[in-house]
Amino acid sequence: MWQALHEKLGDQGLTVITVAMDADPEAARPFIEDAEPAHPSLIDRDHVVAGLFNMVNVPQAVWIDEDGRVVRPVETAGMGENFRHGLDRETGAMAPEAVAKNDAIRNTYLAALQDWAENGSSSRHVLDPAQARARVALPDANIEEAHVHFRLAQALLRRGRADEAAAPVERARELHPGSWSIWRQTAAKNPRGLATHPEFFARVDAAPVGGFYAPVDMDGMPE
Amino acid sequence: MNDGYAETTATIAAETGEQLIAGARVAGDDLWLPAETLPQAVGWTLKPEGLCRDELCVPVPRGREDAFRRGDHVNITAFWRLTERPWARSETGDLWVFGANARERADALLSLDAPDFALPDLDGKPHRLSDYRGRKIYLVTWASW
Repeated sequence: MWQALHEKLGDQGLTVITVAMDADPEAARPFIEDAEPAHPSLIDRDHVVAGLFNMVNVPQAVWIDEDGRVVRPVETAGMGENFRHGLDRETGAMAPEAVAKNDAIRNTYLAALQDWAENGSSSRHVLDPAQARARVALPDANIEEAHVHFRLAQALLRRGRADEAAAPVERARELHPGSWSIWRQTAAKNPRGLATHPEFFARVDAAPVGGFYAPVDMDGMPE
Repeated sequence: MNDGYAETTATIAAETGEQLIAGARVAGDDLWLPAETLPQAVGWTLKPEGLCRDELCVPVPRGREDAFRRGDHVNITAFWRLTERPWARSETGDLWVFGANARERADALLSLDAPDFALPDLDGKPHRLSDYRGRKIYLVTWASW
């Protein structure tokens, strides 16, 4: 999907940069090779980008203009929470109504990106500095500390020291309970590599509405 | 001047990436690094004014120089504590992570200047965000999980 976007909007000066928050590049490889992207597809094994921008889940996105200025701070990249009630957890199938709702959200987001590509700074989706600043989620000391413990855990895991990694993983989760990325990256995975352990759904169910994918506050965005 | 500390090679993860630094001395939670390794290890430089990065210099607290500097070694943990930056170490002291100050990070985000970073692609080639200056950038995260 991102490659199609990149192709479509590239001539209008928009570059898609995807960042895989994967500990192991080989986990990301099949998806990237399948997409055959012409855009930069980066691997962020230590979740550095999440730390810099204070992201908490995937997919989240930032819009940055030609001068390196953030014109839309971190937000959910066109996803909805319809899977919470629309997903059959046994079969993995999504109810048609939920699919339609997700599609509506995604299509609105993609149309906004197109509008930005075409109209640049005069796009109604480009936020002025005051609006943008109001939307920035600010990190606190606990969040910064969580990223440090997470990074230590990742370094230990890369060295085959999983036992030692358990404590910093736990510490990272404790300090940054709002980070789904930290939790999901370190959670038990099913054979397909997805963190769909029953524990994951329990955690999702316990989250408030908008606590997994915060709704995108965007002109024309359906609920 | 050895002070009885064993010198070791430590892996330091900080803003500058992950680096192997020789001549490190571990004393509990204190990590002493040779001053000349600091720019590479943590992105800071020792100057007469103190420990500096860009225009910011953190002076060595007067009367407590010994806790921060000994010969050509600098106690990075002490500076990190002093400047309210988080850090972590492996149990054996061979791996250290030095993190960012939350207030500074928040201010950087509020400035709306996108922070620069370097990450590799699948071929290991590094890309900086600033490489793409002059383009509208849609920066989006995903994961196989």
